[in-house]
Amino acid sequence: MTDQEQTLLAARPDLAAIARWVAPQARVLDLGCGDGGLLRYLWEHKQAPGYGVEIDARHVMECLKNDVNVLQMDLESGLSVFGDGAFDCVILSETLQAIHHTEQLMREMLRVGREAIVSFPNFGYWPARFQVALGRMPVSTELPYQWYDTPNVHLCTLEDFEDFCRRLGIRVLERLALHEGRPVTLLPNLFGSLAVYRLGRLAPAAKDRS
Amino acid sequence: MNADPAATASVGLVESKRASFDEPLRLKGGAVLPQFDIAYETYGELNASRSNAVLVCHALNASHHVAGHYAGDARDVGWWDNLVGPGKPLDTRRFFVVGSNYLGSCFGSTGPASINPATGKPWGADFPLVTVEDWVAAQARLADRLGIERFAAAIGGSLGAMQALQWTLSFPERVRHAIVIAATPRLSAQNIAFNEVARQAIMTDPDFHGGHYYDQGVVPRRGLRIARMIGHITYLSDDAMMEKFGRVLRGKSGPRFDFDIDFEIESYLRYQGDKFASYFDANTYLRITKALDYYDPAADFGGDLAAAVARAQAAFLVVSFTSDWRFSTTRSREIVRALLEAHKIVSYVEVDAPQGHDAFLMDDPRYHGALRAYFDSIDL
Repeated sequence: MTDQEQTLLAARPDLAAIARWVAPQARVLDLGCGDGGLLRYLWEHKQAPGYGVEIDARHVMECLKNDVNVLQMDLESGLSVFGDGAFDCVILSETLQAIHHTEQLMREMLRVGREAIVSFPNFGYWPARFQVALGRMPVSTELPYQWYDTPNVHLCTLEDFEDFCRRLGIRVLERLALHEGRPVTLLPNLFGSLAVYRLGRLAPAAKDRS
Repeated sequence: MNADPAATASVGLVESKRASFDEPLRLKGGAVLPQFDIAYETYGELNASRSNAVLVCHALNASHHVAGHYAGDARDVGWWDNLVGPGKPLDTRRFFVVGSNYLGSCFGSTGPASINPATGKPWGADFPLVTVEDWVAAQARLADRLGIERFAAAIGGSLGAMQALQWTLSFPERVRHAIVIAATPRLSAQNIAFNEVARQAIMTDPDFHGGHYYDQGVVPRRGLRIARMIGHITYLSDDAMMEKFGRVLRGKSGPRFDFDIDFEIESYLRYQGDKFASYFDANTYLRITKALDYYDPAADFGGDLAAAVARAQAAFLVVSFTSDWRFSTTRSREIVRALLEAHKIVSYVEVDAPQGHDAFLMDDPRYHGALRAYFDSIDL
């Protein structure tokens, strides 16, 4: 592993889990792909050809420099440019909480992808609960913003997210709660600061199995 | 010699060259050109492995004079000089850049004003209609002549983008990257409508003489002027036009209450029209607009663009501009969608630029930054 990759994995603990869940040679779509670090990692380690979606012009330029395929588009306006089942795996890494049209995007992800991987900061993590109990909005490493300048509009807990998936007819295939990059198995909704989910359609159509 | 510090990043003095081809070229419309010339310019050096050539395709009114300036006229700067040169996004220290003039042009390649070998007189109205596919076929002959088996990239904006795209379809194995800017996979009815108004303006000009005006010693200037005015309206966004001209009156004492120039925008359009009519050939204009109208690579595939691009082998960069209403971002997204469906390698950049269709000629840092990053990532 190169220094650059170690830095990437240290900065984004969910990426290791995501990389583990992506099958070799899978066609991957990374929504909100930033500078394309994950896609590059997946290409180099899994030979998974990927596309990133990114709205920020600076990140788009970084992707092009990194030789990562990037499409400059706004996730909020949907994924209409992608055909049904075009990808094996659609990734939404630490972006869910900043999405306005959450339901629409989740549905779209599982329209264009056979599977989805979603990671987000767990609002049920105990220090967050503690801060709320003390009468304050939580501010932490995972949620570094003040209430008045946060891009996060849809924060949730593991329980909330799983309810949401049930309601949308989305199947949870795997779940991983993390804290400081390590898996949390005891009371994950309390002790996990970061949640990573592998999701599938509830009733996958037979043709998608090919 | 160059006192201007900005000129240090220019390719400097350049020369227009011409390649003649004696082997007949069968055109898509059925006609055969027994022989033809292609005017071109080159910048930089072709490397030993001949892997660093980039073809620049031009749009409607431009030419093969892409960068630098001609001897004796330092102001006659190439139309994409802000992009092409040493240290510029398309860096001529790294790439061998070829600017090719299309067939039917009035800037050096064989066109309606050239002599028809069969009659010894200018072709005029008898010059056949040429298509984007024909242009690409002729450019391939030029590539052969220059010893370029495979281009590192083909790049173009607007009509030039159609040529870059067509290169990947006509000669999939001969182009590694296509940079398709401010493009459309086919003209809309509205696009064709604007073109038809422009053509009617030219063809109804009494000086048009059915296209044989060269013999009469006249030029259908009025028609060309109006054609250019219409074109200019579609190149600019409503906002850009408002920003640049607003409702500013030329006269200081209010409106004139006659039909002379009142508003600045009228002055601008008349100026652009006059300038254009002084150098552009009407028969060429008619043919280019038809080439635009006819271009539709999906037509042979029942309208399925993804099927049409399936044979491409190139990686693509598609760029569009949010204020472009002539070829809107939706049209570029159609191309992206088709390329994705066909499992092609593609990146897409949507630049939030205010200038409209003409934005592809500007040097917006996000736009040029993306092009620079893309060119830098091309392995040679």
